[in-house]
Amino acid sequence: MLRTIDWTIMIVYFVFVLGIGAVLKRYVKTSTDFFLAGRSIPAWVAGLAFLSANLGAQEVIGMGASGAKYGIATSHFYWIGAIPAMVFVGVFMMPFYYGSRARSVPEYLRLRFDEKTRGLNAVSFAIMTLFSSGISMYAMAKLIQILHIFDAPFAWLGLPQAWIFHFSLVLSALVVLGYILLGGLTSAIYNEVVQFFLIVAGFLPLVYLGLKNVGGWTGLQATLNPAYTHSWLGMGSAHTNRLGVEWFGLTMGLGFVLSFGYWCTDFLVIQRAMAANSMNAARCTPLIAAFPKMLFPLLVILPGLIAIALPAQNLANLAGTHAAATVPGEGLVPVKIDASGQAIRNQDGAVQLDYDLATPNMLLHYFPTGILGLGLTALLASFMSGMAGNVTAFNSVWTYDIYQSYINKTASDAHYLWMGRMATIFGIALSIAAAYMATRFNNIMDMLQLVFAFVNAPLFATFLLGMFWKRTTGHGAFTGLLSGTVAAALHQGLTLPQGGIPGVKGGWLALMHVYPSEMAQNFWTAIYAWTTCFLITIIVSLLTRPHEEKELVGLVYSLTERPTQHGLRWYQRPAVLAIVVLAATALLNIIFR
Amino acid sequence: MGLDIRLPIGFLFSIFGLLLIAYGALSDPAIYQRSLGININLEWGIVMLVFGAIMLALGRRGTKL
Repeated sequence: MLRTIDWTIMIVYFVFVLGIGAVLKRYVKTSTDFFLAGRSIPAWVAGLAFLSANLGAQEVIGMGASGAKYGIATSHFYWIGAIPAMVFVGVFMMPFYYGSRARSVPEYLRLRFDEKTRGLNAVSFAIMTLFSSGISMYAMAKLIQILHIFDAPFAWLGLPQAWIFHFSLVLSALVVLGYILLGGLTSAIYNEVVQFFLIVAGFLPLVYLGLKNVGGWTGLQATLNPAYTHSWLGMGSAHTNRLGVEWFGLTMGLGFVLSFGYWCTDFLVIQRAMAANSMNAARCTPLIAAFPKMLFPLLVILPGLIAIALPAQNLANLAGTHAAATVPGEGLVPVKIDASGQAIRNQDGAVQLDYDLATPNMLLHYFPTGILGLGLTALLASFMSGMAGNVTAFNSVWTYDIYQSYINKTASDAHYLWMGRMATIFGIALSIAAAYMATRFNNIMDMLQLVFAFVNAPLFATFLLGMFWKRTTGHGAFTGLLSGTVAAALHQGLTLPQGGIPGVKGGWLALMHVYPSEMAQNFWTAIYAWTTCFLITIIVSLLTRPHEEKELVGLVYSLTERPTQHGLRWYQRPAVLAIVVLAATALLNIIFR
Repeated sequence: MGLDIRLPIGFLFSIFGLLLIAYGALSDPAIYQRSLGININLEWGIVMLVFGAIMLALGRRGTKL
């Protein structure tokens, strides 16, 4: 299925990625060079890296899967979820992240609050980011297996096919390890920008061919159920739309808590903005990222819609369907099959579709040899850069927030640089371990998503209060974070989505409420967690001694000078970029309502 | 820092573009049935080469300043 040209394209990419690391090595002299790219990255590069670090293949494939399952309503994750948060962090929060000269998000918490708040955030973030990396590796190795990418070379070399999974895992880990060890964050950022252009190069022709095939957007509207092609249809109530959530839960849960919780506090993306070469560049970084982010639904969600709109295809020669050729799926989406080749059915006896295969099958369906290599390379690239983002965030948090803060406070800069490289090595080793855990416990991905949500949901409340209310204290922040996380766990333990079984899906404490869908449950868990954190932080802050105002200069809105925008052209001003991107997003919402 | 990122991007996309153009020109047209009859290798290869060339030009100009 894959020919020499496809392999050539892949190999050229891997060589480049390592080559960039090799070239950049000579510029890595200090720990700031390694962890923060010397704070020398131009705004447009930092912006694309900001976007790409988040754009792992799980997002590319996951959005295709959601597109096939829910339709264009998936765009809410972008237009209601990501964009407002990215605008907010750029315009309002970057002055504090960048101006405080903090080298990481936990370090900002240390400066603003106290050591225990930093510790809580650093440890939970370090663990989560390693698990994220491991899950990326696992998902990529599984995909390589399912798409039979390495089958031919392995057969030719006489090696057992069972080794493909392990080989893919270790190979990707080694490549990422290689270029980060060599060039640090700069390497990661450069490769993320390459990955961005690769994804566009891989998916733009796919969407073009797909739309041409189904008759454009009007063709899709004619073929599919209207629920698929209207993002706001039936959002008045949870029972009238496919997402199973109403507009309030959507805007507050996804749009506010979860999105702001991620984009405004996750060091993975914030690190790229911190590497920018000036305050204004740092503020513009998320805004520059928002422009392509706004258009990405057309690139990654549409393939899902097209996949499900096609008439049922003979999938016998496509991914993962050798045994399921007997049970037709929908369009290019096959049914889920278990290990014995039988179709998995849910409680009502209906077959379940394997939506994750929508995007890969699209690539295999439309791309001939040659460009197929490009498309697969784009997918692999996005997996690897997701991993690289996690690893660079981990090695910084480990070295500055855990090692330097608690273990060895007074070593030389060269020692911390060395520690950063060591952290890269053991970070990747731990990620591999996490990936293997995922093979043993198939619920692990669900459980980790849960834990991430529990920990992330309250975070934004803490930062919001920290940056905009000088009365917030360390005790308030710490107790707020803890109680928010506990509230999230409690809420999840007391509720279930429709049709769910008590366990990982919820209801493990008692059953108090049933939500129409899993998404609704997630969004409401987030809302409760955030609100709890917000209220507790305020209450405890008022009961504890306030910080000295002079300690908070540059860290809180009311005690910091507004950044000046003199001498900047219009397209360099954060306020202008923000207004343009918000207006364009509103327009997209209206067009696709 | 040091290496203008447009240069590696330019090189990579130029190489990809050339590879796809060559393959597109030399391959059996029957394989393009799945891409709706369009020689997508040749066409997209040209687009990528142009993009790569633009990046290289911008990158070179950047390092001269």
